[in-house]
Amino acid sequence: MLLIDCPNCGPRDETEYHYGGQAHVAYPEEPSTLTDSEWSRFLFYRQNPKGIFAERWNHAAGCRKWFNALRDTATYEIQAVYQMDEPRPDAVSPELAQAQHHAPEGGAQ
Amino acid sequence: MAENTLQAPAVSQEVAALRTSPVAHLADEMAAASVEGDRGVALREIPFLAQVGVRALPGTPSAAAVEAALGTSLPRRSGEVTGPAGRQVLWISPDEFLLVADPDSVDIAAGAAALGTGEEALPGSIMDLSANRTTLELSGPSARAVLEKGCHYDLHPSIFAAGTAVSTQLGPVPILLWKTDETTFRLLPRASFADYTVHWLLDAMSEFSAPEVP
Ligand SMILES: [Zn+2]
Repeated sequence: MLLIDCPNCGPRDETEYHYGGQAHVAYPEEPSTLTDSEWSRFLFYRQNPKGIFAERWNHAAGCRKWFNALRDTATYEIQAVYQMDEPRPDAVSPELAQAQHHAPEGGAQ
Repeated sequence: MAENTLQAPAVSQEVAALRTSPVAHLADEMAAASVEGDRGVALREIPFLAQVGVRALPGTPSAAAVEAALGTSLPRRSGEVTGPAGRQVLWISPDEFLLVADPDSVDIAAGAAALGTGEEALPGSIMDLSANRTTLELSGPSARAVLEKGCHYDLHPSIFAAGTAVSTQLGPVPILLWKTDETTFRLLPRASFADYTVHWLLDAMSEFSAPEVP
């Protein structure tokens, strides 16, 4: 079971989340001008890296908000979580990831 | 803070007599399942609490209008509960809140008017959700142990303090879990899940009526 750190709610079990696939896939500026092959590339083609992957998660059982995470697909380590409108952070070392970790405030999580 | 304008006219006796709460048919079973003593735990329904869904982003004119109408500030972070007893606001997400108040104590129409009408209306919403969820109260020294059989949230007092509330899951059921004091929890499942949730809790409570197995 992954323990995923929602930017709004703090750490929660994986079962509270829905997975949303690759992050930062921009909707085409002019969808009507795309060829079928360009459109299919937007709809269906996704990266499948071994290592750091920027992906979307929805906290379905909590705040119901979407956010992004940098996850290592080989170790499952989540190195960073960030809001949808924030740029992708650089992949970081485990020590840095720990320091960047959203710190819970008091008991009110 | 402005005088709250959400005071409701009393519901007539006839209307009150017609309604049935989601787990009224399990009241006897819940009473019979309660356990006294060191390992005690009790379950009851608190029916018909008024619930008002609020959508507004704190810090905006919408939120200011809502806060004036509710007579209390909106919570700002996960877990936070604001307002006096009997009229409290739970944090659901950064722009979504739930007012939980004594039965029949809220005038929804007046609340909705707080955001204005027509083209002048502020973004946001105030909506009556009273029938969406019912409220179960699980209390006693073993209440936390009962919940820990299937709750995905960390219930240790160092994480989950009295007077806070979170949106989480009990078994497969999405609930709002509200810790009102050290040994008392309010659970707010949606009405259609309430029957299942009560049976889940009755099953989880049953072991505490027997002595602890060493
Ligand atoms: Zn969340």
